[in-house]
Amino acid sequence: MAALPRRIIKEAQRLQLEPVPGISAVPDEQNARYFHVIVTGPADSPFEGGLFKLELFLPEDYPMSAPKVRFITKIYHPNIDRLGRICLDILKDKWSPALQIRTVLLSIQALLSAPNPDDPLANDVADLWKANEAEAIRNAREWTQRYAMDTTSM
Amino acid sequence: MDSDEESFGKSDSGHNSPTDDEDDFPMEMDQPPVKEKAMETDEYPYETLTTENIVQTMIDCIDDINSVLNLPKTTTRILLNHFKWDKEKLLERYFESNQEKFFRDAHVVNPFNKPKLKNKPKVPSSGLEECEICLSTFPPNMMTGLECGHRFCTNCWGEYLTTKIMEEGLGQTIACAAHNCDILVDDVTVTKLVPDLRVKVKYQLLITNSFVECNRLLRWCPSVDCTCAIKVQYVEYRPVQCRCGHIFCFQCGENWHDPVQCRILKKWIKKCDDDSETSNWIAANTKECPNCNVTIEKNGGCNHMVCKNQSCKYDFCWVCLGPWEPHGSSWYNCNRYDEDEAKAARDAQERLRSSLARYLHYYNRYMNHMQSLKFEHKLYASVKEKMEEMQQHNMSWIEVQFLKKAVDILCQCRQTLMYTYVFAYYLKKNNQLLIFEDNQKDLESATETLSEYLERDITSENLADIKQKVQDKYR
Repeated sequence: MAALPRRIIKEAQRLQLEPVPGISAVPDEQNARYFHVIVTGPADSPFEGGLFKLELFLPEDYPMSAPKVRFITKIYHPNIDRLGRICLDILKDKWSPALQIRTVLLSIQALLSAPNPDDPLANDVADLWKANEAEAIRNAREWTQRYAMDTTSM
Repeated sequence: MDSDEESFGKSDSGHNSPTDDEDDFPMEMDQPPVKEKAMETDEYPYETLTTENIVQTMIDCIDDINSVLNLPKTTTRILLNHFKWDKEKLLERYFESNQEKFFRDAHVVNPFNKPKLKNKPKVPSSGLEECEICLSTFPPNMMTGLECGHRFCTNCWGEYLTTKIMEEGLGQTIACAAHNCDILVDDVTVTKLVPDLRVKVKYQLLITNSFVECNRLLRWCPSVDCTCAIKVQYVEYRPVQCRCGHIFCFQCGENWHDPVQCRILKKWIKKCDDDSETSNWIAANTKECPNCNVTIEKNGGCNHMVCKNQSCKYDFCWVCLGPWEPHGSSWYNCNRYDEDEAKAARDAQERLRSSLARYLHYYNRYMNHMQSLKFEHKLYASVKEKMEEMQQHNMSWIEVQFLKKAVDILCQCRQTLMYTYVFAYYLKKNNQLLIFEDNQKDLESATETLSEYLERDITSENLADIKQKVQDKYR
């Protein structure tokens, strides 16, 4: 593979030196474009207390094109589907090369605090979220407990 | 050609009648001949524009606006693009609405606010700025940005613009590279920052393309590899000929399709493309197994049907679709089937069958002419050979040109004939249809004779004879 662009090296360094509270992103030993990410569920959300594993990959033309991000830990959320794919505008058409790994992960954390059932990816979850929010939130909390708090699987 | 065209011309006067609202419109044969004459003689002014002409037209358009508004040219271009190059609309909005909103909607920074801009780059004490894209630091002269104040290094700008142009095919609508900033990059900046000539050419192409596409009075020539556009003064159902020789309908861009209107042609093409007639055929000729619903075509006389679906094998009666079992016993009552109901079913099937037959009649003839038209294009090659041959038989160059002309005419006839069948399909059955069909028949036979002559081998003895015949025919 071609030499790692300066931007990626710098970003990785800064993530180490000035970590974002509640987020850790560590480059893979084999592949510096692949990051192991852990995001903690935001307070006052049904995901509170959970540790969510994600994978983040910087494509060849990064930062001209957006990083590819996916949840590995199962999560009950209207904008995240069963495969962990995320519906977020800055990962698609609203991507700007001035955004960074840091900003992307912060946006994903914000998405956990503010689910948007009107722009759904997981239709069944979104439908319940709109029809019976209390039950949906109960489900999300239950999934967080079942999948995101079991330390043995981390 | 006159005789052919005229016999046809009379019958096609219905196409510019105002009765387009019905699918089956009656032809108006009794229109005064004056109108027909006007139709043939009056001019439809249009011009062919090359890419350079188009660029010049854009520049003229920008200058027109600037003589009134006196804005930076790059801003005017973005504004014009925002209003789909409608100058009147732009001026109207400019003077009517709130200026701040006017510029914001078009995604440009209000040029009158410039001095107040707070976003001016702050140059750190070191004299170096950091580019947010590559995270490297540069002296200020290596950094640049738009009026919105977001600055990046020239290298990153170049890469960003190249990606937008080459990967996403954006032209006039590339926004600033900063997150959440929708200020558009103007053409001068793009040209300045993009290093690669290939990308610049593509950018120019995208810009001219959007200009032509959103301008009602312009249309690209649809012929393959032609880069010209036709400019008209008003949009109408008319044939225009591009510099490359291609003749098309300005209104819809299809091949010239007289006597059919654009709307009807579109409908016809859609009908041919979708499978509506396939489903008619299925409805007219098949029934569904009452047990498993598989579609069955009856291919023999016996009404005792056994479904061939291996997992079904249901025995039933084709006539009443009931189970076969009672038909062999004394309480058989298939013959006493409700008469009205049976009749209704038969009628429905009959209707579907005849509508299918009617469609196929016209479709086959339409396709046949389309096929022939393709073959006639091969004729050009063989005619060229013949022309050379004839010149060896003491005929001058000018004398043999009639052959090429004859093929031209032949192709025109084929094309017209092809569309007469579309026209006829959508006509109501009345006396005028009969007259139309008579004219169609005349054109058909004249075309076939001409085609035959052209394909006949030319020998020295019958040369003069052939010339005479061919010329007679294409007149």
